[in-house]
Amino acid sequence: MYNFDIVRPSSVADAVAALGEEDAQALGGGQTLIPTLKQRLASPAKLVSLAGIAEMKGVCTGDDGVLCIGGGTTHGTVAAEATAYPALAALAGNIGDPAVRNRGTIGGSLANNDPSACYPSAALASGATIVTNTREIAADDFFEGMFTTALNEGEIICEVRFPVPEKANYQKFEQPASRFALVGVFVAKYADGVRVAVTGASNDGVFRWTEAEAALSSNFSSSALDGMSVSSDDMIADMHGSAAYRAHLVGVMTKRAVAAAG
Amino acid sequence: MAKVEMTVNGKTVSGEVEGRTLLSDFIRGGLQLTGTHVGCDTSQCGACVVHVNGQAVKSCTMFAAEAEGAEVTTIEGIGGNDGSLSTVQQAFQDYHGLQCGFCTPGMVMSATALLKDNPKPTEAEIREYLEGNICRCTGYHNIVKAIMAASGQDVGAIAAE
Repeated sequence: MYNFDIVRPSSVADAVAALGEEDAQALGGGQTLIPTLKQRLASPAKLVSLAGIAEMKGVCTGDDGVLCIGGGTTHGTVAAEATAYPALAALAGNIGDPAVRNRGTIGGSLANNDPSACYPSAALASGATIVTNTREIAADDFFEGMFTTALNEGEIICEVRFPVPEKANYQKFEQPASRFALVGVFVAKYADGVRVAVTGASNDGVFRWTEAEAALSSNFSSSALDGMSVSSDDMIADMHGSAAYRAHLVGVMTKRAVAAAG
Repeated sequence: MAKVEMTVNGKTVSGEVEGRTLLSDFIRGGLQLTGTHVGCDTSQCGACVVHVNGQAVKSCTMFAAEAEGAEVTTIEGIGGNDGSLSTVQQAFQDYHGLQCGFCTPGMVMSATALLKDNPKPTEAEIREYLEGNICRCTGYHNIVKAIMAASGQDVGAIAAE
């Protein structure tokens, strides 16, 4: 690792001020960023640790039935406390391994937007709102492709708001070495329709499978997806699976998620 | 360099660290507590697991500066002050839950964290909890047995593999 300074602000305002300096970068739980720094793929002059900001931590349910999760909340805490949204809690409880879940945060995962990460699919399928220090961003506008989001330089995810669906489920076909999703599908059924978000599969990162959404909105049953498939044109192909394999898995995992959601 | 102060195994310790100093480096190099092992240094193997404020974390994937003010427990702090083994350590010995022993500090720290949250885990829960701890010798079987025994459960119920 190249060397850098670390600061540990205790408020969002202080963190934003620290991030205003040249070559400063936010540090969430570090479960992706620290390995990245070890490989010298990033070389910030200053890391601004968000782990000590109490106002960015915790899970609560608002009066409108929306589940609010602080950006600095660890996966382990979401798994234990997001009981109002069981599919989301289950997703959080299956990220990485227990020690990783005790450090990694939801804000860090969404800001990184790894194309194989679990959380982006939950946010997109839930039509979540990403609340930053300056604005609110709809999930549909937030994810802009692999490792790319609508966040500006120095902008911090303070909270994520999830409308709680009637039914939901996340199915992850795990890449066994990394425990990232080879393909993961999050299905969420709301009063006004079904949303289906796919992670791990596309070169453009997480995406909505709109054709499946339309079919499931009129008939919420795995048979509604019979004969339906996604194109393998933009799918990731690597040593773990070809593009065609991933495209096939999207259909399989979506059906499993619908069946499991009940 | 910046000063960092924390409590390790009940003692207040401090030292000068760089921003990039990992908690594992501070524990091993700074404090000379070399029971915490670094196997992969890529947050996969779990040999470096310690407890920070009561939670299992991979000390190779956390900066020492982030542990400022924290309560850290390493493998050296798991047994009694008189050198006696903890229940989990004793069970690892009784059930031969190790061969070369390299992964054992992390295994014991993870197992101890598991039993704190879940005093009577099932075999499946133990295996799932150890997903982030890799052992290349034992095939995990005796480790799982040891943790079952440490939780006061019947080891005979685990089928041989």
